[in-house]
Amino acid sequence: MNAFKALSIAIAKGFFRDKASVFFAIIFPLMFLVLFGGIFNDEDTPKAELLQIGDVSLIDDLPADARKAFDDSFDVKKVDDRGDALDEVRKGDADAAVEMRGDELIAHYTQTDQVRAATTAGTLSAFVDAANVRASGQEPKFSFRAEAVEDDSLTTIQFVTPGLLGWAIAMSAAFGAAATLQGWRQSKLLRRLQLAPVRTGSIVGARIFVTVAVALVQMAIFLGLGAGAFGLKLTGNWWLAIPLIICGTLCFMALGLLAGALAKTTEGAVNLANFFVMPMAFLSGSFFPLDGAPGWLQFLSKLLPLRHLNDGMLDVMVRGEGLAAALPVAGILLAFTAVIGLVAVKLFRWETV
Amino acid sequence: MTVSGPLASGRMAAIEVTDLTMVYGDLKAVDGVSFEVAEGEFFGILGPNGAGKTTTLEMMEGLRKPHSGSVRLLGASPWPRNSALLPRIGVQLQASAFFERLTAREQLHTFAAMYDVSTAQADDWLERVGLTDKADTRTENLSGGQAQRLSIACALVHEPDVVFLDEPTASLDPQARRNLWDLLAGLNESGRTVVLTTHYMDEAEVLCDRVGIMDRGRILELDTPAELIRGLDAPVRISVAAHLLAHDAARALPGVDHVDGDQSSVVLTTQQPSAVLTALAGQDALEGLQVRGATLEDVFLDLTGREYRA
Repeated sequence: MNAFKALSIAIAKGFFRDKASVFFAIIFPLMFLVLFGGIFNDEDTPKAELLQIGDVSLIDDLPADARKAFDDSFDVKKVDDRGDALDEVRKGDADAAVEMRGDELIAHYTQTDQVRAATTAGTLSAFVDAANVRASGQEPKFSFRAEAVEDDSLTTIQFVTPGLLGWAIAMSAAFGAAATLQGWRQSKLLRRLQLAPVRTGSIVGARIFVTVAVALVQMAIFLGLGAGAFGLKLTGNWWLAIPLIICGTLCFMALGLLAGALAKTTEGAVNLANFFVMPMAFLSGSFFPLDGAPGWLQFLSKLLPLRHLNDGMLDVMVRGEGLAAALPVAGILLAFTAVIGLVAVKLFRWETV
Repeated sequence: MTVSGPLASGRMAAIEVTDLTMVYGDLKAVDGVSFEVAEGEFFGILGPNGAGKTTTLEMMEGLRKPHSGSVRLLGASPWPRNSALLPRIGVQLQASAFFERLTAREQLHTFAAMYDVSTAQADDWLERVGLTDKADTRTENLSGGQAQRLSIACALVHEPDVVFLDEPTASLDPQARRNLWDLLAGLNESGRTVVLTTHYMDEAEVLCDRVGIMDRGRILELDTPAELIRGLDAPVRISVAAHLLAHDAARALPGVDHVDGDQSSVVLTTQQPSAVLTALAGQDALEGLQVRGATLEDVFLDLTGREYRA
């Protein structure tokens, strides 16, 4: 126990004092979280810029609540010169120019951005329809409301956090294991430990303990930042992600050991771990959802442990699923661990000869 | 071939090595090596790089399984990993086997914990190897000599009965080497057995009670450094200032076998140094006198008949 504690402390100090390790395990993935959380969270399309030529009674006389809705969709700028206004639209500086001819509302648009033009035209015509209804003095008979099929809280951050967290954990576990194995082998520390009266279990246990602790720190920071800054909302069973993360850490450590066993230098081991982890992160939906990917890619991604960890964490952290979703994922991850670990042990050598 | 030197009278053998062999492919790295090391002895294995010193040492420690032959370490076999034996032996490997990014003190405390030794005892060793003022320096920032001292402290922190040191002074500058000798010389004072490999002749001569000279996987000769040199029966070389002694006069002196020299000195080679020195004193020709006897290096060259490949 004494040896386990001392080894854990030694390994933890070695990790936290290595600025590069800390950067790649914690800061680097957080940069992505901030980036994705910041960019995609505000998904409202920007307002269309509308030039109003002269008086347009339809817009000017809108009742207060309708005017507010109108301003949500359009940025209105009043101009007097019709030619200048049309020029601005032609150059793409404004999305449309509107004028009134009698009771007719005319919108001038450019065909270079047809989607934008169609949206603008549709919205404007809806306002004209609403004005017609108001002018008729009748209560509208039909009403319309749009509703997303997902829960209200499912914004981008909900999808992005579990995936990026999975990537971060895979990186630090695999790099840590690969670098430790190679570094200890090269410095002959592995040999030295072999001649000390410590059980192999204490050494391996201490390494796993520290890596799992780092993974849980990563989780705490990710969830803390996600909830604090980007409005991440966790569902009731989010804590089930903890056993999933532990299983995932074991699996990626095994992958790192494999890289460490294959490579001949510490740099080579870290590069090889990167070679395993980076494509896996892309194919496992850590950076973007795979829903639109072709079938063969979907199939391929199911062969990667990170895909299962990501899906599992998404299920329990934001989709509100429980033990029934977490258990099979944990089992799959442990199976991956066993297979990869077995290969790593087969390829393991005490020293690079 | 079996070469076995006499054990100091009445002492038990701490290590018995019998007909040890290690083969890598076609190469016989260790080729039928046998010797005994007595309890409390400072034993050296001297030889050039690639002689098989480290491989022999690793089989003695239990890091490698011998291809054939046997090792008895404190009465037991070190291979396979013998956990009853491990607390009684200390090892210092060639490379500095440290945990990354720990300070000297943390390093020693970690090793102490693995051997269930108190941190107070670890700090004591830090002082004994003269690293107290470097206690909070990370091992990457220690000089070569300081790192070697620390790794020796890590090998000794649990006060083992037998300690193995693999080329502890390799790659150190002369100053740091001599500093380390002072530390090493005291290691077997309390009855501890020390086995050291080195490729420095002077180091083996100064530190070791007995030395086995090894080359190409074999122990060529094994004895105390003094006996090895005496056994060589090598002539003594005496040099004096050239203006005091003509070459012809030198040749005429009793006991001189050969005369050589340059503009500043005359060098006399003799098997009877006392006769020659008496004659030189009689001629009042002792100015600038230098007497050089054989060294372990001469023994080595005589044994291997080739250039020393340090």
